[in-house]
Amino acid sequence: MYEKDGEKYFIVDAHIALWDARPENQRNIHGRQFIDCFYDYHRNLSPESEVWSYEEYLYQGGDRLMKDLFTDGYVDHAIFQPAFLGEFYYRGFGQTDEASALAAAHPDKLTYNHHFDPRNGEAGLDQLRADAERFGLKGVKLYTAEWHGESRGYKLDDPWAHRYLEACQELGIRNIHVHKGPTIRPLDRDAFDVADIDHVASDYTDLNFIVEHCGLPRLEDFCWIATQEPNVHAGLAVAMPFIHTRPKYFAQIMGELLYWVGEDRIQFSSDYALWTPRWLVEAFVDFQIPDDLDDYPAITTEQKKKILGLNTAKMYDIAVPAELRLPAADEPAVGPRGADNVTAADHLVGA
Amino acid sequence: MNRHDEAYAALGAVVDPELDEPITDLGFVRSLVTTGGDVEVHLRLPTSFCAPNFAYLMASDAKDVLTNLHWTEEVVVELDDHHDSDIINAGLAAAAGYRGTFGHEAEDDLDDLRLTFRRKAHTAAMERCLTQLLRSDRALPEASLGEVRLHDLPDNETTRALLRRRSTLGLSLGPDALVMVDHHGHGYPPDDVPMTLRRARSTRISIDGNAHFCRGLLRTRYPAEPSAALPDPAFVQLATLTIPD
Repeated sequence: MYEKDGEKYFIVDAHIALWDARPENQRNIHGRQFIDCFYDYHRNLSPESEVWSYEEYLYQGGDRLMKDLFTDGYVDHAIFQPAFLGEFYYRGFGQTDEASALAAAHPDKLTYNHHFDPRNGEAGLDQLRADAERFGLKGVKLYTAEWHGESRGYKLDDPWAHRYLEACQELGIRNIHVHKGPTIRPLDRDAFDVADIDHVASDYTDLNFIVEHCGLPRLEDFCWIATQEPNVHAGLAVAMPFIHTRPKYFAQIMGELLYWVGEDRIQFSSDYALWTPRWLVEAFVDFQIPDDLDDYPAITTEQKKKILGLNTAKMYDIAVPAELRLPAADEPAVGPRGADNVTAADHLVGA
Repeated sequence: MNRHDEAYAALGAVVDPELDEPITDLGFVRSLVTTGGDVEVHLRLPTSFCAPNFAYLMASDAKDVLTNLHWTEEVVVELDDHHDSDIINAGLAAAAGYRGTFGHEAEDDLDDLRLTFRRKAHTAAMERCLTQLLRSDRALPEASLGEVRLHDLPDNETTRALLRRRSTLGLSLGPDALVMVDHHGHGYPPDDVPMTLRRARSTRISIDGNAHFCRGLLRTRYPAEPSAALPDPAFVQLATLTIPD
């Protein structure tokens, strides 16, 4: 929990990882390129005081994770969203055994989500059922640009992906976290396009689709589909650290999300270990839309409380102390939630 | 202009489709060497994992504009430090085209991809012009923006940028043409104008944000290496400071 100016904030970090990118785990040059790309993100967007050495960045381990999140980082609960990346790392990037064991040892603090890949066919479906039982899965993390033999990406509305989403319905895996990446088959199309999420959100209305880094670099397309689908949510992974390096851009992202998606469907995350939660939580509580961006209303304390933890707690049935809870906003299920113009919203829904 | 500068100027016509900016301005031209009629260019991107289809488009466009110069003989364009560098460089060297380069991963061509981003670039340019108009005249009702014509816009770079995007899409450049139009040149009824502007704004914010992030990442990735031909006077170690917008 974080407390500032007499206000208490329940913090859920909705996207964390326990990765191993050390050289001995790198299968090929792409393993190196991938963690270097992450490290450049980290160096580029972190305050100087929060920049780690490259060695620290390659692997953190469970003790460091617990300290960064729960001792130093104000986090009440965090959710593992592992990326497999088996084509780049011998033992995968996200460390399944270590992370799930940590979650099993601290069930009040950690939830372990796992991943699946629809290109694994029937065998993968069997594996998903086994994983659901082993980990007690409430959610999965999907990286659509995962390399897989000859294929370097898939879409959520591919026929096999439907089979897996149907299995999620059966197994009670309700929260589908989607992370778009640079490759897809065929390469003719925009790999970051979120239209496939629109299709499956319409088809599987009992599942939640949390689009990580709020669709960036396609924020506008994401906002548009989220406006039309009541079960599409915005994950703030990668977007959060802009609060430091690019506060005006961060304000625009938040302004757009609050307008199109609404305060009840935005989830804070540090994307640990890309960044650490402490400075992000502190900065977000202090954050306000700058005066020169008068297109957007000010962000309220209630909205911050929801984004920092209450929204994800609700999605994952995480217990929140009674005095920290808030009611849902009186916003429509579809249409721009932040719209001050009801006519425009009505019109949009019909469009 | 000498051949080096001519080649550099030609590369200025190559645009990053996502960011809608020339690769020369973005710092993506790592080096450019001309030897007689031979030209060798190395390109670099902000990460190894920038989308390969866009990377290929920029590299093949770069080769095309250089090959089209009347004096060039052998033109070599190579993309450095990318996860698909080997694939793309081999494809460019063999003039294999998009399908020849990516094989089974390529279905048809990249024309639709390019068109999608030309349309986004137009939408963003349109929003910049209309928002500029709104800010210069606070009394202007938002709903009236659907009636604004090209001749109502001031003669400035924002307007010229819109005209270039319109020209790319084949939209009218006539002074009486409506500014707020869709990709086919159709205007919007008054009720739709505020929402159209709102959507266009999110497109503009997305493109601007991506461009700024990519520039920052490039400088983080290549801290000691200014781009070819035009050293960046604002070049600084980005990891150590806050970038004002």
